[in-house]
Amino acid sequence: MLEITDLKKSFRTPEGRMVEVVNLESFTLAAGVQAALRGVSGSGKTTLLNLIAGIVAADSGTVRIDGAEMTSLPEAGRDRLRAEKIGYIFQTFNLLQGHTALENVLLGMGFGPRGADRSQARQWLERVGLAHRLDHFPRQLSTGQQQRVAVARALANRPALVLADEPTGNLDRRHAAEALTLIREVCRESGAALLLVSHDETALAQFGQVGDFAALNRAVREAGA
Amino acid sequence: MTLWLIIRRSLRQHALSTLVSAGSIALAAGLMMCVWMVKTQAHAVFTATNTGFDAVLGARGSKLQLVLNAIFHLEASPGNLAASDYEAIKRHPAVRTAIPIAVGDNLRGYRIVGTLPEFFAVEYVPGKSFAVQPGGRFFSDGEREAVVGSFAARRLGLKAGDTFQPYHGLNFDPKALHEEVYTVTGILAPTNTPADRVLWIPLSGVQTMSGHDPRAATDVSAVLIQLRAPTAGFMLDMMYNRQGNRLTFAFPVGTIIAELFNKISWFDRVLALVAGLVALVAAGSVLASSYSSMSARRRDLAILRALGAKRRTVFSAILGEAAIIGMIGAVAGYAVYFLLYVGVTEVIRAQTGVVLPVTAWHPVLVAAPLGMIGLCLLGGLLPAVQAYRLSVADTLAPTS
Repeated sequence: MLEITDLKKSFRTPEGRMVEVVNLESFTLAAGVQAALRGVSGSGKTTLLNLIAGIVAADSGTVRIDGAEMTSLPEAGRDRLRAEKIGYIFQTFNLLQGHTALENVLLGMGFGPRGADRSQARQWLERVGLAHRLDHFPRQLSTGQQQRVAVARALANRPALVLADEPTGNLDRRHAAEALTLIREVCRESGAALLLVSHDETALAQFGQVGDFAALNRAVREAGA
Repeated sequence: MTLWLIIRRSLRQHALSTLVSAGSIALAAGLMMCVWMVKTQAHAVFTATNTGFDAVLGARGSKLQLVLNAIFHLEASPGNLAASDYEAIKRHPAVRTAIPIAVGDNLRGYRIVGTLPEFFAVEYVPGKSFAVQPGGRFFSDGEREAVVGSFAARRLGLKAGDTFQPYHGLNFDPKALHEEVYTVTGILAPTNTPADRVLWIPLSGVQTMSGHDPRAATDVSAVLIQLRAPTAGFMLDMMYNRQGNRLTFAFPVGTIIAELFNKISWFDRVLALVAGLVALVAAGSVLASSYSSMSARRRDLAILRALGAKRRTVFSAILGEAAIIGMIGAVAGYAVYFLLYVGVTEVIRAQTGVVLPVTAWHPVLVAAPLGMIGLCLLGGLLPAVQAYRLSVADTLAPTS
């Protein structure tokens, strides 16, 4: 499902120095498998997810998703592959504030191969327990409810791979546990593989397969982190 | 559908700036259409207005003043002609009809014109002669009777059977009341010509009105002329204007009015410039509102990109918004145009009696709104390019 080989990414600092953020020799994730990567803030976790999602172009190496090589595609191709194969749950949810819960989910579907489907979007929101909040704007929802909208939006397109970046970082303990359970359940139901990155040990404890990102990422190792 | 959802929500989210921008576009489009239509329609209608006459003979002076005075009932008369001059042109073999008019009095600012009953038999446009509204009749020559143009009758509140006393002069002076009492015998059916603004009385009535100079009792202000053939006009032009030096022969009427439009064409250009500047300001307002909202929208656009939207999708969304604002403005521009145009035509009608057609068509009615949409697209281009070049990763989250 997900195969990463010799993936490298460096950024130029404001001072003009090149700093390597990601240097990953190899990482794989089978279809339908749920895995987590542990990593402290600033260790390059988000960059890794952005590289996998094709939001950021790699300097070298390959990211293969469901047989398609993300890193060799031009930007438009990466956008298309992301819309078709990947659901992305952001730490800060990144809901569109001017759109209702239903519209946020519709927009999550809109760029994918199946297109926006109002009844499907409604079903996804019902699935995450928000049937009564379809026409609410994010500002009218609690933090936990916003997280559920983000989950529904990420899953609505039936992606093969769901990327979750600190999905419980903005939630209290009870809501974090609920959100994580929900994410894992809906991924399992839809057969999507799940790659979660977090520094939250409580969240990581729910996963059978947990990798240490610092150990995997040679960029961090070599920097002496 | 997705693109439309993005555009629709964004427009609603920024409703105030959307309305302000669309309003300024509407104003610009409406102004441009109005300026252009008034210019072209006024030119077309005024140069075609001759109330059925080919030429005007009057005292020596400006041809334009003569035409404005005798045909449009504006301006002062350049002077009088002796009755013999009228008789001479009337008998000229090239002249089919010669009808004298005399001016010098008014009723509360509406001009009183003396003429012969034959005036009403002339076709003011081909196939249409003057008619009196039901219940009325034309005046009898030599009597203290009047036929009132439809617009003047409405404004003055006159109807058949009413009486009035004329005031001396072309401008209303309440102290300059004549003794004579005239009875309205009929109201003219609307002609949409300057005749609608006039109170018509027998020629002798103006000539012999109390207080007028008795030595000028047989003079006329001008003679309205129909020629047997248009070429005769050039012959008479030569005779009166080149060889003679007492009288002025204004021919052809349409060309003389066209010269007036040429003289005031600078005014059209000023109006067009103002309309153009308003259009630029409107486009600038679209640019400013799109540009200023970009900083607030960067995150939303980055989220859309992260969800799989292509660069060209967010580019199209911004440009589409500008186009929709332009379209809303263009549609509202028709309302602005209609209101302005109707207002201007009403003023022109009140001042000249000439009615500009409200349903007139001109390509500017398509070109101006399309041009405004084009300007809006131009105004939206810079923010759209910004959206296109947006870095998703940098906008959404720092590296962690």
